[in-house]
Amino acid sequence: MDLTILWFWIIAALFIGYFVLDGFDFGVGMSLPFLGKDDTDRRVLINTIGPVWDLNETWVIVAGAALFAAFPEWYATMFSGFYLALLLILVALILRGVSFEYRHQRPESTWKKWFDGMIIVGSAVPALLWGVAFANVVRGVKLDVNHDYIGTFFDLLNPYALLGGVTTLLLFFVHGVVFISLKTEGDIRVRARKLATRAGIVTIVVAASFLAWTTLAYGTPASAIFAALAAVALIASFLANLRGAERLAFGLMAGTIGFAVLTLFASLFPDVMPASNDPANSLTIANASSSAYTLGVMSWTALIGMPVILLYQGWTYWVFRKRIGRAHIEVAVH
Amino acid sequence: MNEWLDPLLLSRWQFGLTTIYHFLFVPLTIGMALTVAIFQTAWVRTDKAKYLQLTHFFGKIFLINFAMGVVTGIVQEFQFGMNWSDYSRFVGDVFGAPLAFEGITAFFLEATFIGLWIFGWDKLPKKIHLATIWLTVIGSITSAYFILAANAFMQNPVAFEMNAEKGRAELTSIGELLTNPIVLASFPHTIFACFMVSAGLIISVAAWHLARNQHFETMRPALKFGMWMMIIAGILTTLSGDQLSLIMTEVQPMKMASAEAMYVTATGANASFSIFTLGTPDGVSELFSVRIPYLLSFLSTHTFDGTVEGINNLQARYVDVYGPGDYTPTIWITYWSFRWMIGLGLAHMLVAIAGLFFTRKNAAKPARPWMWKVAIWSFPMSLLAMSVGWTFTEMGRQPWIVFGLMRTEGGISPGVTGLEILISLIVFTLLYGILAVVEFKLILKAVQKGPDDAPVLDAESGVVKQAVMVY
Ligand code: HDD
Ligand code: HEM
Ligand code: HEM
Repeated sequence: MDLTILWFWIIAALFIGYFVLDGFDFGVGMSLPFLGKDDTDRRVLINTIGPVWDLNETWVIVAGAALFAAFPEWYATMFSGFYLALLLILVALILRGVSFEYRHQRPESTWKKWFDGMIIVGSAVPALLWGVAFANVVRGVKLDVNHDYIGTFFDLLNPYALLGGVTTLLLFFVHGVVFISLKTEGDIRVRARKLATRAGIVTIVVAASFLAWTTLAYGTPASAIFAALAAVALIASFLANLRGAERLAFGLMAGTIGFAVLTLFASLFPDVMPASNDPANSLTIANASSSAYTLGVMSWTALIGMPVILLYQGWTYWVFRKRIGRAHIEVAVH
Repeated sequence: MNEWLDPLLLSRWQFGLTTIYHFLFVPLTIGMALTVAIFQTAWVRTDKAKYLQLTHFFGKIFLINFAMGVVTGIVQEFQFGMNWSDYSRFVGDVFGAPLAFEGITAFFLEATFIGLWIFGWDKLPKKIHLATIWLTVIGSITSAYFILAANAFMQNPVAFEMNAEKGRAELTSIGELLTNPIVLASFPHTIFACFMVSAGLIISVAAWHLARNQHFETMRPALKFGMWMMIIAGILTTLSGDQLSLIMTEVQPMKMASAEAMYVTATGANASFSIFTLGTPDGVSELFSVRIPYLLSFLSTHTFDGTVEGINNLQARYVDVYGPGDYTPTIWITYWSFRWMIGLGLAHMLVAIAGLFFTRKNAAKPARPWMWKVAIWSFPMSLLAMSVGWTFTEMGRQPWIVFGLMRTEGGISPGVTGLEILISLIVFTLLYGILAVVEFKLILKAVQKGPDDAPVLDAESGVVKQAVMVY
């Protein structure tokens, strides 16, 4: 296979990794007001992702760097074009990241409330905006002949992209709540399962409309198949959650997110950033990619590096496989 | 109004501000990870409680700091594309690869094993838990290598050829890129400087407690450790800095000339190093200076009769090669930042040497209480030395963003307006300012509280029984 095409799909894989992993972190963050009745509850929730949120977040750094190295034009156009949206994402990620570390540093409840608020907002904003950004990429944006974005920030807030944003927000929310049901014990676990059911219905409706819109307006045969698989996985996850099959429900949510990302990438192919004003200005896999030599070097790195990474990250999840409950928080020192 | 919205100026301010800020935390991450790993190793090998207390104590400070390094790092990664998109297009084929390597080999390693270390005290066997902090150390140092290799390309472009059709530089050899002579010298220099920063922190903290006659059991070994670390890292920083000067003079003679504000080419004794200069504000004529003859010649060429080219010469030569333009960096910045880097570095090394002398033979206190006050300044001094060193490197490269290939003004994002950059600059300044205060207070609080009592161990396995440091 042509290396440029391989790298298109590797980029897709890296973003799937990011959205599947950091997706449930965002969901856990957003669930604080719904599931965290008191401080101990909230600490249980935060500790379910405590050991792993940083490694999950690192996926976006690697995805960004790989995008830079493999498709410099795409990276340059997308990151400069979505300037203010990315600024918001960065601010959110900064607030969220420091809050995990700082919230437990002092006992006052106002102190904790502040950081809880930042975790909630810091999780919801990226969950929404990543969807908006990727939906805009699929929809196409105005580009000049040098591939520079010539639209405005408000052009990005079109109905299709906003629906995309709400879809990722809801998907990540449910993903996180299902994760909580899998990782906690006692009352929280029960409440999480109920919440996943209630939120699941809304999510199915919203996600199905977004996938349908994508397929009708921008779809290809391949993307239609991925969209259908995403929808099936989402419904199956909903049913699994209803029956209390937590592990299966979580796995199916991961599948839903993976297939949804594939739907978007398959709709794009072979463009990477279509120009809505003039197709001649579109960025494509061919005109946005790096040289064959660079891609070759990167391929070897990925080939050797990624299996090792998956291995030790998998091991980490295994080390922290035990469920957490209120009892754990009460005995812990920190 | 429009002057305020100059995208070039705003982007430069933003990049400078955010990078300097990022690099206030990173040296501590690199240096403290190593320190904590050493203390923990000492505990595993000797079973002495004081080492475990030190591991936890400095571990806590390390973690408060670590979060900031991570979140400010993401900004760095995104900024190349956000603010410097034409630069990214131009160098992406070359420059992206080390960044991607950094992510794949270093950031994943670091981010994963730090989580295992924080939360794994009661879950992993002692030795495996120890391995997790060492892997974090390896991750942080590897990440420094790759990012410095990327930066070295901007100082001294190697291993590329120009693709005229695409208008960009393309990588020809990854091996050559990663063994750029600049990175071979700047990597050890930066890493050892990072160790100086963490040694500075340890000295400051230990001196603060010892001045108050508390935590003698733990803080005295910490003080000794910090001072030795400062001296050893200081010597290595100096040696590698000397090497770096040599290479820099070769590949970027203008930077050396502007480090010395030397307008006229000089040889031998005339190639003197000025410790202090008072000049007219335009920098053209000198009113008063203290100079060491031969030193500049030695720094730049390692001989006493070497010739160091002056700014006027170089400017004329560059005009011939690159066409009309101003190829001189802002002299007062390069001149003073170079001096402050070296001066502060030497100064806190001396503090450490003097400190070792005055606290020898288990003396609980040095001869004079004011000495503690001096020692407490070690940390801010080393952090400042670090920042001005980078200011020198990056400002001395101007007007180039990639030396000899692309000027800074050619690298900005054409599609981003001055207003957008002004907004982001204000947002980052406010956010970073507030976080700096919060972070500083938290670290201060953790420092003042001092080490906790040694945690309870499981009698059978020797593992720390309670989950420590959960959120
Ligand atoms: C604690 C910090 C510290 C200390 C004590 C020193 N340095 Fe340094 N120096 C740095 C921290 C630093 C740095 C911040 O880490 C830099 C910026 C870029 C780099 O590679 O390291 C640097 C850059 C830097 C450069 C510029 C390299 C370039 O632009 O290509 C030179 C020539 C030196 N150093 C030389 C020295 C000498 C001769 C020193 C001592 C006698 C010295 N440094 C002490
Ligand atoms: C960590 C220590 C570093 C510090 C404190 C630092 C500081 C600065 C400063 C002050 C500027 C503004 C200079 C000016 O515009 O006049 C700057 C610019 C820049 N630096 Fe660095 N830098 C660091 C490391 C790096 C590294 C490792 C890279 C690349 C991998 C890098 C890439 C850039 C770029 C692309 C610019 C913008 C263009 C320019 O102004 O030349 N910097 N940096
Ligand atoms: C302008 C250039 C820079 C960029 C693009 C950059 C990028 C990043 C990123 C993305 C992170 C977050 C990693 C994470 O989430 O785990 C980070 C943190 C870090 N960076 Fe930087 N950085 C820059 C300058 C530097 C320099 C000069 C060094 C070393 C000499 C360095 C070393 C580190 C280290 C050790 C961390 C600690 C946190 C961690 O890896 O998790 N960075 N940087």
